[in-house]
Amino acid sequence: MSSATYGAAPKVNDSVAVNKMSKTHVIVHAILVVVVMLLLLGIPFWLLIVTAGKSQAEAINPNMSLPSHWQLLENFRTVITDGKMVSAFFGSVLVTVPSVFLALLFGSMAAWVLARRTTKPMAIVYALSISGLILPPAVVTVMMLLKMTGLSGTIPGMIGVYVGIYLSTVIFFVTGFIRTIPVSLEEAARIDGAGPARIFFTIVLPLLLPTLSTATILVTLYIWNDVFYSLFILSGKVNLLPLNLYNVASAGLYLNNWHLIFAYIILMSLPLLIVFAFAQRKIISGITGGAVK
Amino acid sequence: MFAFTNWSAFSKTIDFNGLDNFRDLFQSGTLTRDLRTTFIYAVLVAIFQNTFGLILAVFLEEDTRLNRFARVMFFIPVIMSALAVGYIWQAVLKTDGALNSLLSLISGANVQIAWLGSPVWTLVLVAAIHGWKWMGLSMLIFLAGLKTIDPDVLEAASIDGANRRQIFWKIKFPLLAPAFTFNVATALLGSMNGFDIVQATTAGGPGGSTEILNIFVWRTFGKGLYSQSTTMSLVLFVMVTAVALPLIWFLRRREAKTL
Repeated sequence: MSSATYGAAPKVNDSVAVNKMSKTHVIVHAILVVVVMLLLLGIPFWLLIVTAGKSQAEAINPNMSLPSHWQLLENFRTVITDGKMVSAFFGSVLVTVPSVFLALLFGSMAAWVLARRTTKPMAIVYALSISGLILPPAVVTVMMLLKMTGLSGTIPGMIGVYVGIYLSTVIFFVTGFIRTIPVSLEEAARIDGAGPARIFFTIVLPLLLPTLSTATILVTLYIWNDVFYSLFILSGKVNLLPLNLYNVASAGLYLNNWHLIFAYIILMSLPLLIVFAFAQRKIISGITGGAVK
Repeated sequence: MFAFTNWSAFSKTIDFNGLDNFRDLFQSGTLTRDLRTTFIYAVLVAIFQNTFGLILAVFLEEDTRLNRFARVMFFIPVIMSALAVGYIWQAVLKTDGALNSLLSLISGANVQIAWLGSPVWTLVLVAAIHGWKWMGLSMLIFLAGLKTIDPDVLEAASIDGANRRQIFWKIKFPLLAPAFTFNVATALLGSMNGFDIVQATTAGGPGGSTEILNIFVWRTFGKGLYSQSTTMSLVLFVMVTAVALPLIWFLRRREAKTL
């Protein structure tokens, strides 16, 4: 897709549609949009907020009614201390940020080589690399491997696993994109005496930013919200936000304590929601730009 | 790097296990049941996620302010933790949960439907929840696909007298094929490796009817049955490979076409 058609398309698309749409049609459509949003999003989110503000007695059977008195802040305080949210938050940041960074760095380096060398063995290496996109890692064996190397239950071990899992995603996204960058740019730099590392960091990497932003968003979402792998690998030794939610919700102590579970969910979703609120336009255009090449 | 996560570990499992685990799992019926459940779940999720996503994309196609706002709102479930989504829906669908009390209020009678209690329909519902969580992403990708359609083609069709339905089914729908490939592939693969939503809503119940492979892996792992757990992870691996290889081929061919 060329950028020219992409920019022009919405405009003309609109005018075609506007010609066909009457004014009542527009209003009906707007009402429908609101109704659909209320049904599909309103009910669950309303329940989430209302229940998080209730006392335990009221929250045993979660329903849509307003709490008799709001105790949202008290509930927040309880989960922050009981759910060890502060250390969980930093745990999540400590795992997510390096994992995403390393996966992107190594992934784009590998993708550069894979895209530029077109020999037969390289094609096989590429197929092998992106097959990780699809093949599930054998969790239990990975865990045993980490146990043998003494890395299980540690943050570096977890980072290694995430980098391994999501490297293929990055390679897949980036390789296709690098192929569209003209080789002549790199050749010019090479003639001017730049080494491979310098070419990569000063020429290739800046050109990759649009795709890398898509990959960053997706990989961050996956890692930040992952429970499955961290359940196995950390086995409760490090606090992560989703892991602690799992513990809070499955501990017998908290059974049916919906107000605490929901208070936890609200607090836990806040960091990503805040990032999303500030960067939503960028995130949405990043995803749509990168996914459909 | 890839070898580290999969292949070496993969060959090690064969050395450890032998075939006894397979036979045990097969004879107890768990293997076939969980395989079937996982497969049905994945297909259902792919159907739900893409139907929801496509309907939303067509519905919110125009760039009005309200539509743009709605797109942002529908993306919120995507950025939330799947575990959290599971718990929220469990609260909505519980027998004495929000949906039943709402229905009671509307109908006047006391509605007591055990939404997550039926061995047959629970799987469908959980798949729908999974679809609900990811529909925002599918929607965005379909929207991007719709935007790449050459407006001249649409204009030509409308001049030729095609109505809106014809334009959609005859022109837009076929041209969305690349977006479809991407969405179906990600939905299938994501749900085959799914865990969080099922764990949070039903944890495999009622009576193991929603026990997908990863739930089994976690359950047996929790019991300390490492070898069984590993066997199942291997089965999942083989199954996904069987589905994935044609898919990789397909994706690569598509990539070659766009270049």
